[in-house]
Amino acid sequence: MNSAPAKPKLPFSWQGMLTALMYAFMYVPILVLGFYSFNDSRFSSTWGGFSLRWYDSLFNDGRILSALGDSLKVALIAVGLSAILGTMMAVGLAKYSFPGKGLYLGISYLPLIVPDIAVAVATLVFLASVSVPLSLWTIIAAHIVFCLAYIAVVVSTRLAGLNPSLEEAALDLGANPFQAFMKVLLPELTPAILSGCLLAFVLSMDDLLISSFTAGGGANTLPMEIFSRVRTGVKPDINALSVLLILFSGALAFLSEYIRFKSAQRQLGQ
Amino acid sequence: MSQTVIQQDVAETDTMFDVELRKVFKVYNGETAVRNIDLNIRQGEFFSILGPSGCGKTTTLRMIAGFEEPTGGEVLIRGQSMANVPPYKRPVNTVFQSYALFGHMSVWDNVAFGLRLKDCPKSELQQRVGESLELVKMDSLARRFPAQLSGGQQQRVALARALVNRPTVVLLDEPLGALDLKLRKEMQLELTTLHRDLGVTFVMVTHDQEEALSLSDRIAVMNIGKIEQIGTPTEIYEQPCTAFIADFIGDTNLMPAELATLQGETVEATTRSGLKIWVKPQALFKENPTREVLVSIRPEKIQLGSTDSSEIANRYDGTLKHVMYLGNHTHYQVELPSGDVITVFQTNRSSEQLKPGMPIQIYWSASDSLALPV
Repeated sequence: MNSAPAKPKLPFSWQGMLTALMYAFMYVPILVLGFYSFNDSRFSSTWGGFSLRWYDSLFNDGRILSALGDSLKVALIAVGLSAILGTMMAVGLAKYSFPGKGLYLGISYLPLIVPDIAVAVATLVFLASVSVPLSLWTIIAAHIVFCLAYIAVVVSTRLAGLNPSLEEAALDLGANPFQAFMKVLLPELTPAILSGCLLAFVLSMDDLLISSFTAGGGANTLPMEIFSRVRTGVKPDINALSVLLILFSGALAFLSEYIRFKSAQRQLGQ
Repeated sequence: MSQTVIQQDVAETDTMFDVELRKVFKVYNGETAVRNIDLNIRQGEFFSILGPSGCGKTTTLRMIAGFEEPTGGEVLIRGQSMANVPPYKRPVNTVFQSYALFGHMSVWDNVAFGLRLKDCPKSELQQRVGESLELVKMDSLARRFPAQLSGGQQQRVALARALVNRPTVVLLDEPLGALDLKLRKEMQLELTTLHRDLGVTFVMVTHDQEEALSLSDRIAVMNIGKIEQIGTPTEIYEQPCTAFIADFIGDTNLMPAELATLQGETVEATTRSGLKIWVKPQALFKENPTREVLVSIRPEKIQLGSTDSSEIANRYDGTLKHVMYLGNHTHYQVELPSGDVITVFQTNRSSEQLKPGMPIQIYWSASDSLALPV
């Protein structure tokens, strides 16, 4: 059937070598880290045999577990609130035109390009100037800033690809504007909202800079805990923790892409 | 109050109008999209609004559906004013150009959407959705999702989704625009069958003149926000009121000319190139005599060859310039000594081949040349 000539296969090429080198540069450190997390020896320089003792000690480490609790609390609350606000923002921006819309659009997506350190310092200075005491809630507030922008971007992209007549079709069939939103627009946007949430969740779990500037009242997130420990040298239990975090983030990223792929399959051409 | 008015109307005209537009006006950001439209669509009629893109036909349909509010004037459905009535409270359903099927719902759920919102009892819902899907021959694909359907199948689902609600009026926005030619012909036939069987009023918007001519009971031709003519397909084609319609629907030879003084049924018109053509003027010119007109002659009304009939007023000698063979018919271009080039369509009955450069005679009757306002 297919008469196209088979592509020539090069057993060895500089393109292939460059690609291999790039991947090695990216992933070898992670592999090394994973390797040492199973090292029975306390020191990275020697191999003391295979062991799961660092994973075991991790799950018995109260400080790690409470930091994980703080991180999850921040991420879940920030992402949950951002999902509602971000969706409303994307829908509102797509639907209505109002004076200053362009400016508003630009400002809302600014957190995506402003360096984290700038956001962190600005938030701290602002909180100090209005004398809000730092706590876990100030971390959450700061995380909402970037989570909101990420979710709104993902939802906006999906909205732009959506048939503009869908909502009118729902109204035409007897749905009032609220029913049209709940029964047609929201289900069509759900994959994008979920995918945006997963992305924002990973970013929030991963954030060190903004959290450490805005944390107070004993709040301590997982990245903050890890950072404070590695200042005095990397211990094998941190290796184990890093491996778990990588696997977890990878799984979430995969899930997010899978949802996007599935919804793109179902999306109608037009 | 309004009830008595309707009854008077019925008594007077003996017809009920499903849709009435009264002096409807629509302005978008300072630009007038629709100007002063008056339209009465009869019950059970297949009515088309035909015009080039940007003529305001879709805006007109959207005002009937309720997606746009008229800037001025009034829209009535079954005699009820639709002012401030939102789309979800109007007894109309729309088939969208893009179909606008709900991608997250199966075909069945798409069709059941309207009935579920009206809290239709379950057994009735099952029956009506089933019937509608059967009507458009989609009952076997009820479990599929829209993305798994072809364009023609999606079109059928969109139709079923509108029809299942038993609306007073079905609005169709370029319903066949996205289909390929063969499928379009097939769906045209099915649309007319559906319309005949259901007896529901159909209002269709299209830019395809052939579609409008073949499907409609009556057509409104729109241009730059105004209705230029309302009539049956035959009236629109045979007696166009304006040069725009003569040119937009079908093909025509248009020539600016000057009318001689009107006397009787036919009158002589002289084109700028000096050609004298006998035309049949419209009543309009008898009431308001104007001398400047556009003469329109349909290419298929012109015959090639000579005739002895004394009833044929227009006969000319010319030279064949171009021949374009199109299978079932041929287009000829004939140059007259005055310099005018006349297009002639002939069906291919004989295999006789005419060659460019040959001298040729053409003729047509006075009643086939129309004088239209400039």
